[in-house]
Amino acid sequence: MSAAAETAHHTDGQGHGEAGSHGTFKSYMTGFVLSVVLTAIPFWLVMADVLGDNRTTSLVIMAFAVVQIVVHMIYFLHMNTKSEGGWTFLALIFTLTLVVITLIGSLWVMYHLNANMMPMSAHDMQHHMPAAASR
Amino acid sequence: MATHAQTALSPSEAPEFHLTEDHHPEGSTMLGFWIYLMSDCLIFAVLFATYAVLGRNYAAGPSPKDLFELPLVALNTSMLLLSSITYGFAVLEMERNRQGATLGWLAVTGLFGLCFVGIELYEFAHLIHEGATPQRSGFLSAFFTLVGTHGLHVSLGIVWLVTLMVQVRQRGLIPENRRRLLCLSMFWHFLDVIWIGVFTFVYLMGVLQ
Repeated sequence: MSAAAETAHHTDGQGHGEAGSHGTFKSYMTGFVLSVVLTAIPFWLVMADVLGDNRTTSLVIMAFAVVQIVVHMIYFLHMNTKSEGGWTFLALIFTLTLVVITLIGSLWVMYHLNANMMPMSAHDMQHHMPAAASR
Repeated sequence: MATHAQTALSPSEAPEFHLTEDHHPEGSTMLGFWIYLMSDCLIFAVLFATYAVLGRNYAAGPSPKDLFELPLVALNTSMLLLSSITYGFAVLEMERNRQGATLGWLAVTGLFGLCFVGIELYEFAHLIHEGATPQRSGFLSAFFTLVGTHGLHVSLGIVWLVTLMVQVRQRGLIPENRRRLLCLSMFWHFLDVIWIGVFTFVYLMGVLQ
């Protein structure tokens, strides 16, 4: 590698590093403060049993989790729709689609599988499963 | 004899081979690493789905309510969150070309990571001591697999972190090391994102039921 090429390479490397896509002190602190708040509230809701109703609390803490994941994506992972010509964002959307299919699909299928199983009494279980009976 | 000497001299050009390592565009590495993270995300999605399906199968054993200690989980969560922001500071110092400060923040990040893994191992040891082993029920198998896989990721992230600290100390903040540090940055923040899912779905919602 010639000296000129080496210099060019280094400048390129530096240029990449200073592109400003890796956040600033302010953006990291914003993300951190938001994350602390978005973590503390769900813990407080559950530990102090603020809402009283489990179903409501579940939905609220799930909403907080989704918001916090978005905060992390933006402030820590520096996700945006333009980086790498949009390819990172496209990969993210594709992955999220697969994640949603995996989670909802599994729960849906397994819930119905359980619901459609032949009813089994405790006596049947002992009869058919000697291992369980011997416990 | 003269030709022999020339043949012996030729290995002096051998170091040229090492230089060929650098010849690939910077941008593609980050995209490739992002796609790796997305595939890792799918592994966790499958483990979350397994936990969601098996999470209520206690086999007459202990339930999350009996086992989980939320103050400990809150402490663990704060360790990981703090390690995320300190890694952010390391990246900022790297952008300012300050090697010492970068290494310092990386060390702090590694210590927070070690605290996280330590607390998790303490929790696991506590559970196993109480008889809540992975073999006990479907819930516990799924729990140990999901949380254990995350803990393994963090542990290997620490190994990677230490490796990079040695490399930065030896070679300085060269473009290759910057690229590596940015990859680890994505990996580390990604693990924090996964942990948000773990503490919400496994711990908090487990205690609610």
